[in-house]
Amino acid sequence: MLNVLADFVGELRAAGLPVSMSEHVDAVRAMRVIDLGERRALRDALAATLVKDGDHLPVFYTAFDVFFADRAAPPAPEQTNDGEPPDGAAGAPGTGQSRGEGAGSSAPLSAEQLADLLYRALRDGDQSALNRGARAAVSRYAGMEPGRPVGGTYYLYRTLRSLELDRLEARLTGEQAAQADELAKRLAHDEARARIENLKRAVERAIREQLVQDRGSNALAKSVRKPLPEDLDIMHANREELAQLERALRSLSRKLATRLARRRRRRRRGPVDLRHTVRRSLSTGGVPLDLRFKPPRPAKPEIVVIADVSGSVASFARFTLHLVHAISSQFSKVRSFVFVDGLDEVTDYFEGVDDPAVAVARINAEADVVAFDGHSDYGRALLSFQERFAKDVTRRTTVLILGDARNNYHQAHAEVLADLRSRARSVFWLNPEPASYWNSGDSIVDQYASYCDRVVECRTLRQLEAFVGDLP
Amino acid sequence: MTSLDPRQELAQRLGLEHLPPVHFESAADVRTRLAAHDYLSDDAIASVAFLADRLAKPVLVEGPAGTGKTALAKAVADAAGARLVRLQCYEGLDESKALYEWNYRKQLLRIQAGRTEGEAHESWGELEEDIFSGEFLLTRPLLEAISATDPVVLLIDEVDRVELETEALLLEILSEYQVSIPELGTVRAQQIPMVFLTSNNTRELSEALKRRCLYLYIGYPDVERERDIILARVPGIAAALAQQIAQVVRSLRSLDLKKAPSVSETLDWARTLVILGREEIGAEEAVATLHILLKYQSDIERASKELLGRTVNLA
Repeated sequence: MLNVLADFVGELRAAGLPVSMSEHVDAVRAMRVIDLGERRALRDALAATLVKDGDHLPVFYTAFDVFFADRAAPPAPEQTNDGEPPDGAAGAPGTGQSRGEGAGSSAPLSAEQLADLLYRALRDGDQSALNRGARAAVSRYAGMEPGRPVGGTYYLYRTLRSLELDRLEARLTGEQAAQADELAKRLAHDEARARIENLKRAVERAIREQLVQDRGSNALAKSVRKPLPEDLDIMHANREELAQLERALRSLSRKLATRLARRRRRRRRGPVDLRHTVRRSLSTGGVPLDLRFKPPRPAKPEIVVIADVSGSVASFARFTLHLVHAISSQFSKVRSFVFVDGLDEVTDYFEGVDDPAVAVARINAEADVVAFDGHSDYGRALLSFQERFAKDVTRRTTVLILGDARNNYHQAHAEVLADLRSRARSVFWLNPEPASYWNSGDSIVDQYASYCDRVVECRTLRQLEAFVGDLP
Repeated sequence: MTSLDPRQELAQRLGLEHLPPVHFESAADVRTRLAAHDYLSDDAIASVAFLADRLAKPVLVEGPAGTGKTALAKAVADAAGARLVRLQCYEGLDESKALYEWNYRKQLLRIQAGRTEGEAHESWGELEEDIFSGEFLLTRPLLEAISATDPVVLLIDEVDRVELETEALLLEILSEYQVSIPELGTVRAQQIPMVFLTSNNTRELSEALKRRCLYLYIGYPDVERERDIILARVPGIAAALAQQIAQVVRSLRSLDLKKAPSVSETLDWARTLVILGREEIGAEEAVATLHILLKYQSDIERASKELLGRTVNLA
C-alpha cells in the first residue's frame, strides 16, 4: 500500500500539485487510522492530507479514480471486492440483468431494455442500478478494444452519443411538464439535467474502470492527466477548458487585487508627517525617535491595453482584458483598444458593467476592428493608434500590447512603437505563443522587441498573473 | 518512521502525563454526534474532523461564504463537550491581540506601590521577576486555548484576512501547540486542543501554514443534504417545501450570479416561508421573497427572468 501511495503522490506531482514530504507522511499516518476497505474514507483522508487548494480537487479526484479503481470496491453495494462483476442476484428487477457488463461477454441488453433500465434508474434515483446501466452502456456502445491507445474522452463521446441523452432528458422532464407554473417547469428541467449529469459521471467512471483493467493505472494516469487550470495553454484551450479558465480567472483576479492593494498600502514612504511625529515625540521627552510618515499618495499606473483580437489569439486577448479590468481599481485608469486590421476603443464597454466577462463578450460582437480583409495588421493598427490616441499617452502610462506579432507580411511600422515608448512610462508586449516560435514564419517579434521594455511569453494564467502582479 | 501514534508523540513532546482521550471513535461517530447538535455533515466533513482528532492536526476549512465553516467548529465543540475559543481575524491583527499582552498599567502600579511602601528597596531582579509573571499577563485567545486545562476547540476565523507576517505567528501554535513568551519561557498545551481555521480564500495562504493543516473544502451541499439541513434547522417545515426550496436554490446557484445564495440565506428564506404559512412555492411567492436569497438587484432581476420567465418590478 505504501508503494501505491508513493506512486500516487508522484502522479499528483506530475499533474502539477505541490505535495510536500511532510504531507506525504501525514497521508501515511492518516491511512493507519482509517478503514482502508472503505473507498470514500480513503479518498477523503488522502484529499485532506495531500491537497491544500479547492481548485486542485478535481485533478486529485481524477487521479484517485484511476489509481484506486482496481484496488478498492466502487461504492455500489452489490459489487464484490475481487473485481468480478456481480451477477444479477442483488439487483435489477425484471430486466434479466446480465453479467455482460464487465469484460463485455454474453447476453447484452437490447437497446430498448438498456434505455429503459437507465430511465428507471434515473427516475428513481437508484445509484447502483445506474452504475450497472452505465457499465452495460459502455460495453455496448463504446466499442473499446484492448490496447488501443485512444483516450477515455473518445469512448465517452461514443457512448453518450448512442445513449441519446436529449431524449432521455426530455422523457424525465416530460413527466412533470403538465404543470403550468413556470417555476415548477424550470425546477423539473434542472432536476432532470442534474440526473443526466449523474449518468454521465457514471459512464465516465465505467470507462475508466475498463481502461485501468486494460492498461494499468500508471499508464492510464498519464493519458488522462489534466493540467491545472492555471497551467492550461490559453491559445489552444477547447471550449470546456475555456470555461475552466473563466472560473479560475475569477478567483485569480480577486486574489491579485487583494495582493496589489495590500502591497500599495504597506509601502510607507510618504513624506514625514510632522504633526504626528511631534506628537509621538512627547513620550520620549521631545526627542523625535520615532518618525511617522504620511500615507503614500497612491501612485497608481495608468494602463493602456492594445489587443489583437483576430482568431488565433482572441481568447488570450479576452482573458487579459478580463483580468486587467477585473482589477482596474488597482490602476488609476484603464483604457482598452482592440484591433485586427482596424483599431477601436472599447473602454466604454467596461463602464458600469459588473462583470468584465459580459463586456468582453460584447467586444467580440460589436467592436469595429476589421477595416480590410480581416487579417491581423499590426503596422496599420499601430499607425491608427498613433494618429488618434498617442497624445493621451503620458509618462504615467504603461502600455501593454497583446498579440503574437504575426503580421501576415504587412509592414511593421515599428517606428510608431518607438514613438510610443518615448512618450510612455513603459511598453510591454505579451505574447501568447511559446518563445521558441517567435520570429518564425510571419512572426516579427524582434522588430518590435527593441522598442519594448520587455517581451513576455504569456501562455498560461499563471504567467499572466505573475506579469500583472509585478507591474510597477 | 516511528510506530508511535501521532497523539502519543505529541503528548510526549508536550510532557503530558497521560494521553488525553480522543473525542471521536470513528467518522461515523463524528457524523451522528454532529447531527445530534443539528449540524449535518457529509462524508468528507466527518472524515476530516475524525482525522483531525486522531492525528492531532489543525484543519483548514475553505469554501464559499455561508456554507457552515464556522458552524462546523462550533458543532464539533458542542459534540465533543469542549469549550470554544474563538479568534476572529482582521487586517491589522497583531501579537498583542492574538497571543498575549503585558498589562503594563498594572505593572506600573506594582512598581509605584513598591516605592511608596517605603520598604528597603527591592532589588531590580526581584521586581523584574515579579512584574513579568503570569499575574501581569493578559491572555488573548491563542494563549488562552493553549494554556487551558479543560478540553477546548480553537477556532481561528477568517485567517485569510491577516497579513502574511501575522500568519507566521500561528505556525508555532499549529505545529507544536506551544507559545514562546520571551520573559516567561515556553507555554506548552496542557491538553491537545482541536484547531479549526476558516478562510474565504481572498488570498493565497502561505505554504507553511497549509502544510501544517489538514484541508477541508466545504462547497454548497447537494439537494438532498440541503433539504436535510433545512429540515433540521427550520422547525415546523413540511418536507415537500424543504425539497422544493433546495431545488430552487440549486437552480439559482447554477445561474451565473454575482453572489450565489449561501446555506444560511437558504435557511432564512425557509424560515420566512414558514412564517408566511406557505405549503409550497409558486412563482408568486418566489418573486416576492427572492430578495432574502439574493442581495444584488441585478441578481434578482436575472433570477426572476431566468427562473420565472418574467421581469420583476421592485419599486
